[in-house]
Amino acid sequence: MDDFLLRALLGGAGLALVAGPLGCVVVWRRMAYFGDTLSHSALLGVALGFLFGIGLNTGVALVCVGIAVLLSLLQEQRRLATDTLLGIISHSALSLGLIAIALMESLRVDLLAYLFGDILAVTGGDLAWIWGGGAVVLVILALIWRRLLALTVDPDLARVEGMPVGRIRLIFMLLIAGTIALAMKIVGILLVTSLLIIPAAAARRFARGPEEMAVLAAGAGLLAVAAGLGLSLAADLPTGPAIVAAAAGLFLAGHLLPARGR
Amino acid sequence: MAATASASAPLLRAEHLSVRYNGRMALEDVSLSVGEGEIVTLIGPNGAGKTTLVKTVLGLVQPSAGSVFRRDGISVGYMPQRLAVDATLPLSVRRFLSLWGPVRTDALEAALTEVGAAHTLDRAVQALSGGEMQRVLLARALLRQPDLLVLDEPVQAVDVHGQIALFELIGEIRRRRQCGVLLVSHDLHLVMARTDTVVCLNRHICCQGRPEDVSRHPDYVALFGKHAEALAIYHHMHDHAHADDGCVVPVGQEHTPHALHHHDHGDHAHGDQDQGDQDGGDQDHGPQGPAPHDHGRTPGEHRHG
Repeated sequence: MDDFLLRALLGGAGLALVAGPLGCVVVWRRMAYFGDTLSHSALLGVALGFLFGIGLNTGVALVCVGIAVLLSLLQEQRRLATDTLLGIISHSALSLGLIAIALMESLRVDLLAYLFGDILAVTGGDLAWIWGGGAVVLVILALIWRRLLALTVDPDLARVEGMPVGRIRLIFMLLIAGTIALAMKIVGILLVTSLLIIPAAAARRFARGPEEMAVLAAGAGLLAVAAGLGLSLAADLPTGPAIVAAAAGLFLAGHLLPARGR
Repeated sequence: MAATASASAPLLRAEHLSVRYNGRMALEDVSLSVGEGEIVTLIGPNGAGKTTLVKTVLGLVQPSAGSVFRRDGISVGYMPQRLAVDATLPLSVRRFLSLWGPVRTDALEAALTEVGAAHTLDRAVQALSGGEMQRVLLARALLRQPDLLVLDEPVQAVDVHGQIALFELIGEIRRRRQCGVLLVSHDLHLVMARTDTVVCLNRHICCQGRPEDVSRHPDYVALFGKHAEALAIYHHMHDHAHADDGCVVPVGQEHTPHALHHHDHGDHAHGDQDQGDQDGGDQDHGPQGPAPHDHGRTPGEHRHG
């Protein structure tokens, strides 16, 4: 197997292992659009990363974190419905990112690679980011898992039981922001959320408990990455979209099998 | 004043609470207390601020004025009005009950048995009926070994038989565990027999006291209008507390034994007599009867009793 293929597979696999469990919580908490908003703002992070010379990944992570914090502050105010708020931020951030990149003449970037990912160009450094960062995300997720579930079920109950609801919510948003920064290279900012949502949704029919669903989602993600890469090689398809299409295929195929979960 | 000092202090005491929501007063100068083994029922129409008051004493809502004292070291078991778990989250009752802190399996089974929902242990929470869900929520609260139970409309989405059974269960739990109970309801007649104190709330406290007294209080009657009449009927038939001479049993200590007297002797006087009571009982009869106060003719006017 060629080196670049192996790196692509390893990168995609690392991402799938993180995105599965995290994506389950995104689905349970109905935050799919939130993930979309964060990922759309990532392009702004790319531009800022170049502008300030702090590197792409750092720029993206910082902007995602900034947007996450901004959102949680705006949500507390409850002036606008959350979906309206997300719609405003999502598309303004994407537009600002596109404008910023267009204005920076010295910056010659392959815009398509950011929008749809460039998994075949994954470097050793990227792999270190994905596996190292992914491990951190998973450890933190495991640490807040039970309380995160509790506040997903009912935030008021969690608060009465003395859980730091606001802090856990913020940590979870930061985990999503971090994962998006990791995932951008693999599937691109337009498709990141699909890796969070689709494997989790595919796993639901077969899971009897939250942890089981998280593990199954990670597995479904792995399968989608492998199948997408294979498809992309065999039929010369764009890789990021091929991975997402494979995930969607898994989701549909799952509906042909008898459900195990309830 | 530190309410936390002595063991004879109430478990929970709220003093002069006011809560402002979007520039509107949701609660105004509300005080209440719950002692050990005492059941306090909050009653009031929709939008009266019952849930706001509960959330404020639980610390979920910050009051704009007033304060809440909780006895030191007590544990509170809260049962929310409703709890809807997203269908995408696969969650069994067993798992749901263990989300709130470490619990041993036998404790979990015991709590479910205590509320009569042992059969739900391995069911998905989304597959429970309304009554089963309420029982599971009650079991969850009991697992915290509460000194104080806070139950927000515990019988929502439960049919009438289930409601009576649930209230009996709550009364039983109180007897067995000697915990204080703060209960929200909008049906006084259902909670009547099992409540020590009723607080009738409509943003401010309209009246409070023993359930028999509150059900006759003019402010209560004014607040609930026709509904109150129906409740009074229910009460009469249920407890046989006919005022068969047409006398309105007024609020006030000196009349309470009188009311109790009717309790004891009225149970044979059904039928026509009841009809008379239904018309007269609390609302329209007041001015005609020998009652000292003009009770029934003050709709819409809230006197602070």
